[in-house]
Amino acid sequence: MSVVLNVQGLEKSFGAVVAAHNINVSIEAGETVGVIGANGAGKTTFVNMVTGYLEPSDGRIEFMGRDIRGRSVRQITRLGLCRSFQVPQVFLSESVFDNLMISFGIAERDGLGLLGALMRGDRGERVDQHLLRYQIADYRNVAASALPQGVRKLLDIAMATVRKPKLLMLDEPTSGISVEEKFGIMDILMQALKEEETTVLFIEHDMEIVERYVSRVLAFSQGEIICDAPTEQAMVDPLVQEFVIGKEYHRARAGNGSGNGASEGEAGRC
Amino acid sequence: MMNWRALPRAGVAAAALLIVVPPFLPGWILFVLTKAMFMFIAVMGVSVLLRGGLLTFGHALYYATGAYAVGFCVKWLGVRELIFLIPLGALAGFIMAALVGVVMARYREVFFAMLNLAFSMMLFGALLKLYWVTGGTDGLAIGTATLAGIRLTGDSFGYYYFSLAMVGIVTLVVYRFMASPAGYFLRAMYDNEIRIEYSGVAVRQVVYRTYLLAGTLGGVAGVLAAFTIGHIVPEDAFWIQSGEFVFVALLGGFGGVPGPMLGALVFEFLQTYASKYFPLAWQMMMGIIMLLIILFQPGGLWAIYQRIEARLTGKDRGGDHH
Repeated sequence: MSVVLNVQGLEKSFGAVVAAHNINVSIEAGETVGVIGANGAGKTTFVNMVTGYLEPSDGRIEFMGRDIRGRSVRQITRLGLCRSFQVPQVFLSESVFDNLMISFGIAERDGLGLLGALMRGDRGERVDQHLLRYQIADYRNVAASALPQGVRKLLDIAMATVRKPKLLMLDEPTSGISVEEKFGIMDILMQALKEEETTVLFIEHDMEIVERYVSRVLAFSQGEIICDAPTEQAMVDPLVQEFVIGKEYHRARAGNGSGNGASEGEAGRC
Repeated sequence: MMNWRALPRAGVAAAALLIVVPPFLPGWILFVLTKAMFMFIAVMGVSVLLRGGLLTFGHALYYATGAYAVGFCVKWLGVRELIFLIPLGALAGFIMAALVGVVMARYREVFFAMLNLAFSMMLFGALLKLYWVTGGTDGLAIGTATLAGIRLTGDSFGYYYFSLAMVGIVTLVVYRFMASPAGYFLRAMYDNEIRIEYSGVAVRQVVYRTYLLAGTLGGVAGVLAAFTIGHIVPEDAFWIQSGEFVFVALLGGFGGVPGPMLGALVFEFLQTYASKYFPLAWQMMMGIIMLLIILFQPGGLWAIYQRIEARLTGKDRGGDHH
């Protein structure tokens, strides 16, 4: 398997606050990696640095074998490293269709034509296919400002994937989504990303989501990676339990687990 | 946003009116209409920028650039040929925007508005002080334009129709621009710059290119204005002129082509009538109108028209339903 992202010795401090210290990560094609950690642990800072939004104080970032540190957001996006946001970043006054039309326009032309129309050829059909893949076609003509939060999240992610990125970073795809909706939305999302064979890294607070969809976990605490392991292993790691998951969750899990064979085994190892 | 489907019908009707009716109008109305044509072109530049949330209080910079490009050609070369001067004015506006735009593309909101103002006032100062070149406060006399050698005075039918043809070209260019990726990105940029960058386009490039278009339109408007009025003065670059462009954009409603057209026509007639009958109070009238627009219909006159039209056609459709 080929290495998509390789980060070595990444550092970032804001004054006296260390947001990232000695971050070393390597992600291979086809992986689905979950990033966990308490608030302020440095998860979003990590994504911001890798995608070019923040300049690291030190370290090396290689994407597809190329050094991308110091490149701008749009250059990195064009190389195929895209992201979605914790708070969806969409064009609120445009319809869902136009939001994606604009994204497709940018992705497919890599520029700013002044003469040709944005909507031409079969681009409209590709937009509609994309809407179907993310199951938001019902909202095609609704303004993004009027969307339910879950749909807006899916739109945000759909916009991030029009380039068929080689690596997609999702910042808390289920935050702000109700408990009833979250698995439905994650199923739609993971199915769509699987179809496009996208390597995914996502930040997530919800351990149920992590356990269900992720094969490998990076646990952050105070700017450092305290655990990088397959999901089952990370969930029982003492450091992770101490700093990330917290005891509350596990007490609850252990209690529920007695009636549930699959998770009982894991809970037993805690 | 705008209802684009309402456009062809209203557009065709407006074009027909502007083509057919003028020969039956008295001369002074024709002159006011001609003034509205170049006003429209200048306001279109302001309006395109406003579409991306970019307010400028210095668009007279480009208007004066176009006007003085004509002034220098008349003064030194004795050239008054529109076929040559219109492209020259456009080019002068374009080059000025290409230079100033490098700085401007970095700024938004208040800073964008005021930096534009600063540049236009610098030009105003230069036009005022370099009197051996620009004629200072006296300005420059422009005289009568020629079109392919035929003389066209500023108040003639020929000149009106020439201006109208320019308006037609500008309308096509602006529609083309608004349907282009840059046009969409501009509107989207107002919503969310972060997403534009994370989609892979430089927001600055979007601003810069829009600015080039706006500057070019300003230059063309300046050329037409110079020959309509027959005389150019440093005040063409003054901030009050820029403010007038913004006023008209808000009056008509920015975002599309019909708003600025409606705004330009109403403004020119208002100004003519009001300054005739209320010479001391016409600015106050403008103020009151602006206040009413902002309070009750921020979309401008075009939005009022659309609302009326929707009500009428809504009733029609109600009757047509099977």
